[in-house]
Amino acid sequence: MTEHDRNAAAYWSANLRLIIGSLIIWALVSYGFGILLRPMLSGITVGGTDIGFWFAQQGSILTFIVLIFFYAWRMNKLDKEFGLSEE
Amino acid sequence: MSQFAINLIFVLGSFALYIGIAFWARAGSTKEFYVAGGGVHPVMNGMATAADWMSAASFISMAGLIAAGGYANSTYLMGWTGGYVLLAMLLAPYLRKFGKFTVPEFIGDRFYSKNARFVAVACLIIASVTYVIGQMTGAGVAFSRFLEVENNTGLMIAGIVVFFYAVLGGMKGITYTQVAQYVVLIIAYTIPAVFISLQLTGNFLPPLGLFSNHVESGIPLLQKLDMVVRDLGFVDYTADVSNKLNMVLFTLSLMIGTAGLPHVIIRFFTVPKVSDARWSAGWALVFIALLYLTAPAVASMARLNLLTTIYPAGPTADAIQYSERPDWIKNWEQTGLIKFEDKNGDGRIQLYNDSAAFKATADERGWNGNELTVNNDILVLANPEIANLPGWVVGLIAAGGLAAALSTAAGLLLAISSAISHDLIKGSINPNISEKGELLAARISMAVAIVVATWLGMNPPGFAAQVVALAFGIAAASIFPALMMGIFSKRVNNKGAIAGMLAGLLSTVIYIFLFLGWFFIPGTAMLANTPDNWLFGISPLSFGAVGAMINFIVAFAVSSATEAPPVRIQELVESVRYPKGAGSATGH
Repeated sequence: MTEHDRNAAAYWSANLRLIIGSLIIWALVSYGFGILLRPMLSGITVGGTDIGFWFAQQGSILTFIVLIFFYAWRMNKLDKEFGLSEE
Repeated sequence: MSQFAINLIFVLGSFALYIGIAFWARAGSTKEFYVAGGGVHPVMNGMATAADWMSAASFISMAGLIAAGGYANSTYLMGWTGGYVLLAMLLAPYLRKFGKFTVPEFIGDRFYSKNARFVAVACLIIASVTYVIGQMTGAGVAFSRFLEVENNTGLMIAGIVVFFYAVLGGMKGITYTQVAQYVVLIIAYTIPAVFISLQLTGNFLPPLGLFSNHVESGIPLLQKLDMVVRDLGFVDYTADVSNKLNMVLFTLSLMIGTAGLPHVIIRFFTVPKVSDARWSAGWALVFIALLYLTAPAVASMARLNLLTTIYPAGPTADAIQYSERPDWIKNWEQTGLIKFEDKNGDGRIQLYNDSAAFKATADERGWNGNELTVNNDILVLANPEIANLPGWVVGLIAAGGLAAALSTAAGLLLAISSAISHDLIKGSINPNISEKGELLAARISMAVAIVVATWLGMNPPGFAAQVVALAFGIAAASIFPALMMGIFSKRVNNKGAIAGMLAGLLSTVIYIFLFLGWFFIPGTAMLANTPDNWLFGISPLSFGAVGAMINFIVAFAVSSATEAPPVRIQELVESVRYPKGAGSATGH
């Protein structure tokens, strides 16, 4: 395995770790808080209803936006750190 | 000035703008026609993607669906936004790096198989054509209500406008008109929402208004709404659902389907770099969220507004007299989207849920069945009239509804025409076609696709509502898994990919047809479409996610039983994973 290959492999596994971490949060806010865990969180109230309802109608969308920008920022930085960016 | 004249000015003004952009952004090469030259700024592309994605369904129907279903229909909000996370992390940057013009081209190259490319073209065309029918019928509704023209005349006008900028400008013309259409549709959507939120909650930001106190009663808006609907026998607006498995799978199908829809994916081929594709997905979701965070507020407020219009003294007091109904009900009655029948002959409008559980209360109050049926689709379009907003807001809504329908239609038509001219003609029938010849072929395919779409809009096959499920099911079960495995696995080979796509596609389509009729022909359904008949309680609309899992399993099983892909293909997979050396999109 050449130096370049090792570098590329490290970059790819860093990307996979980032994706898995992000998708865990992605699933937690929508399928978790928004749907499956809603009954368990019903004690926490937000504006006349429970936090599960808020996640289903607003919270998950806001989290998705943060996730994508965080991923783009981290990956664009990793591209440069590993010398794999386009410029 | 009459309302008709105002609407006409807004709609014609927006059309003139789109045609002006068409002349300014003519395409001179196939690269401009397919990927707008590859130099679109990521924020600009985000805006165009938002318009491309937000269809007549998002603009016109979604708030109505949420108003009717309450919490249960939050699936649309999560499903139609969560797909962008998948796009940003699992597809867009790598496909941009691959740097070709179409989605089937990637599948054909990665799985070194013309058959794989054909399967992808077939899935793309079925998904996109079914989807485009919905846009054309949506445009028809907006035309017939606001411009009082015959539905068919309206569709012809819409077809001609799209023809101008899509045939002349291809992706380049479509990109810049979509940016303009986004601005029109988001202004049209949010202005009435701001006024209604102010009236009901005193908060001018609708997403905050949704969780604020109702001004009149002083209690939270959602609590007030729950109380009102409960008094009329409906399920609480915020009530939880019991079939969680189906809710999860439906949301997942919408997310995977969103990420797998080719007309959305190809938008990311237009940005200069891989890093731009990542940013652009984020910007797209920001612009989409402006509408998607407003929609649930519009939904709950419009539902409360409607019920307080019918029951001015509260749901436990008498309903209004039919003769005293407001003008907007009269206007929409003419379109047939609001219907009234005085079942108990008391001259009042009783709107309630006539279920068995509520029968005792209804009998006691002398009610003889629900008397007012309101089509979900009118909520957004009627919003300005319900809130007594000035005439220009109504004109704006008309232009906004058309912008939403036309921008999505144009994106779909481009995906269809590039699949025909680039994947079928250049990729298979006549590989030696010249650049000029291919551009001409692309324009002709586009023109034919527009004529077919307009014709289908005029003669909708009578299953317009179900076909959207089919489009998402196909994208989720066939296209998304093939693309994802093509990027994330070096082991999946041509046989595995084709077997997987066919297994996913067929299982999903057959499951849908079992409940909704073979090819949606009425009377051919083999099982009644009720939860008792569904496999594990999974509705046909939710089956795309199951189809996707079948696709993954079959593809991996077949691939591991057959030989590994050749080394050059494994190198291709390597190359799409690293941004370095991308260059811009090419057709070669």
